[in-house]
Amino acid sequence: MAVVFKKSGLIARLPFHYCPGCTHGIAHRLVAECIEELDMKEKAVGVAPVGCAVFAYNYFDIDMYEAAHGRAPAVATGAKRVHPGNLVFTYQGDGDLASIGAAEIVHAAARGENITAIFINNAIYGMTGGQMAPTTLVGQKTTTSPLGRDPKHCGYPVRVSEMLSTLDGAAYIERVSLHDVPHINKAKKAIKKAFETQMSGKGFSLVEILSTCPTNWGLSPVEAIGWLKDNMIPYYPLGVYKEAKSHDE
Amino acid sequence: MAKVLMKGNEAVAEAAIQAGCRFFFGYPITPQNQIPEYMSRRLPEVGGTFLQAESEISAINMVYGAAGAGARVMTSSSSPGISLKQEGISYIACAELPCVIVNMVRSGPGLGGILPTQGDYFQSVKGGGHGDYRLVVYAPNSVQEAADCVMQAFDVSDQYRVPALILGDGMIGQMMEPVEFRTPKKRDLPEKTWAATGYDGTKQRAVINSLYIEAEAMNAVCTRLQQVYRQIEQNEIQYEEYMMDDAEICIVAYGTTSRIAKNAIGQARASLGIRAGLIRPITLWPFPSKAISDAAGQCSAFVAVEMSAGQMVEDVRLALDGKRPVSFVGTLGGIIPTPAMIIDELKAIKEAMS
Ligand SMILES: Cc1ncc(C[n+]2csc(CCOP(=O)(O)OP(=O)(O)O)c2C)c(N)n1
Ligand code: SF4
Ligand SMILES: [Mg+2]
Repeated sequence: MAVVFKKSGLIARLPFHYCPGCTHGIAHRLVAECIEELDMKEKAVGVAPVGCAVFAYNYFDIDMYEAAHGRAPAVATGAKRVHPGNLVFTYQGDGDLASIGAAEIVHAAARGENITAIFINNAIYGMTGGQMAPTTLVGQKTTTSPLGRDPKHCGYPVRVSEMLSTLDGAAYIERVSLHDVPHINKAKKAIKKAFETQMSGKGFSLVEILSTCPTNWGLSPVEAIGWLKDNMIPYYPLGVYKEAKSHDE
Repeated sequence: MAKVLMKGNEAVAEAAIQAGCRFFFGYPITPQNQIPEYMSRRLPEVGGTFLQAESEISAINMVYGAAGAGARVMTSSSSPGISLKQEGISYIACAELPCVIVNMVRSGPGLGGILPTQGDYFQSVKGGGHGDYRLVVYAPNSVQEAADCVMQAFDVSDQYRVPALILGDGMIGQMMEPVEFRTPKKRDLPEKTWAATGYDGTKQRAVINSLYIEAEAMNAVCTRLQQVYRQIEQNEIQYEEYMMDDAEICIVAYGTTSRIAKNAIGQARASLGIRAGLIRPITLWPFPSKAISDAAGQCSAFVAVEMSAGQMVEDVRLALDGKRPVSFVGTLGGIIPTPAMIIDELKAIKEAMS
């Protein structure tokens, strides 16, 4: 029988701890497939965040770091500066990257740090049980915005891709989504493009991946996919936000 | 190598380079700016990398990244900046990464002032960040010793996989003295097989990590760290004894204050006939508790002198365990103690003794 789908050899044979229907697993697979297809397994070094993906170092069968909350871009900077030939990436949630680690990601991008950030935007703090994130939508209910996010009280959600694309050091920035197969395929292309950007030394790259957190959104996996499509994409439009030809351009 | 006249901060930076440090990440703060400035000039000359981070938090996490990649790496700062680094230092300690951190202490709490104090003793030797960990802490009292300590700190840190801290102050950093860069005694340093350099299947996969969710796993790591700390206590204590042969009163002081104490001892002996001596811890952790405890056989009183409200004095009391009285001479806010302050205390002790 022909094999139509197989697990990436780069993903360890362990059960994921992610909730059923969570898109973190898909994002992991895409990252692993891209590394394999680019034949960079021996040179890939990942930095896991603090968040639901904290155990990512168990799942990627490559050299890995686990960083302090929000600091993955700084850790990746240290790792990359020592071994510039390695493919160094961070894998970060929205609380990690856009809140506590806002300074680190902005300055990694501003420096044109030749690393790739895989940014999982699920509009919530998943790991700690569903608190408001910097990316939580206006009106979205979370455990710390029980009546829905009120912008008069706590401002508006942060559009990371748009913000970082204003920085000259950012070489490739794209926002993608995992809500259906065509978009998953597009997401994979974006990740590969980001890795290629790094491999050709062009500078900082980031792929923002709109993701679901069915558990803390209080929705079934299928409902969560629908909610992402109907609510997140209008506020977080998909597309390429930055594509530089070379670092100095 | 011939002696050269250098500022303490510059000597610290050059010593790091001589010790093979090729990566430096820092953020400006007075009174240690000459360290990053020197590094920004010198590191590129030797094929190294200097990077000014966006904050001390980032700088220490860059250190985590570079140390995890197997490089010799250093960061430096002063008190408020060192406070910001504490989360990262705790992670580095748990992930068992070697690195050297320099704190040219200024006055505090708060933003404080830029004058030298010794108010960061507790933070340096009792933790600073969260959890059960230690740093090897060196407290040089001259530019020469600052250079020696830095060079040794890289080796010690690599040997035990424990981060090392150089605790200076604005005085040590700013003063100019002759210095010679001397290679420390040779140690058998383990290869960094644990470093994250890329996984080619020839070694175990590297995971630079400080997360252990299960109690058994966390207990195993903590226990191993404690075993390493016991070895360091066995092997790495350093102190100087000054005029202790016939001393009846023992002063304990480190860094800048030890120089003032030596001056006071000379004067007290010459003009008052008070036989005072000095035990000067060079490593603050591990602390020379035994040397102090042993001195109780000969000295009937102890005086701790610090530019703080009394921090190291607690370790002197612990070392003596009630065997002898311990008094304290301290200054705050960046005021430097005078020999006269110490001599007054020696006189008071001498009077009480007779
Ligand atoms: C310094 C620090 N503050 C807070 C936490 C607690 N914490 C763990 S995960 C997390 C939020 C993670 O949310 P996000 O980055 O969105 O990732 P997700 O779980 O949604 O994938 C927080 C606040 C921590 N571990 N460290
Ligand atoms: S809490 Fe949310 S983000 Fe975390 S694993 Fe579960 S579904 Fe995924
Ligand atoms: Mg999240």
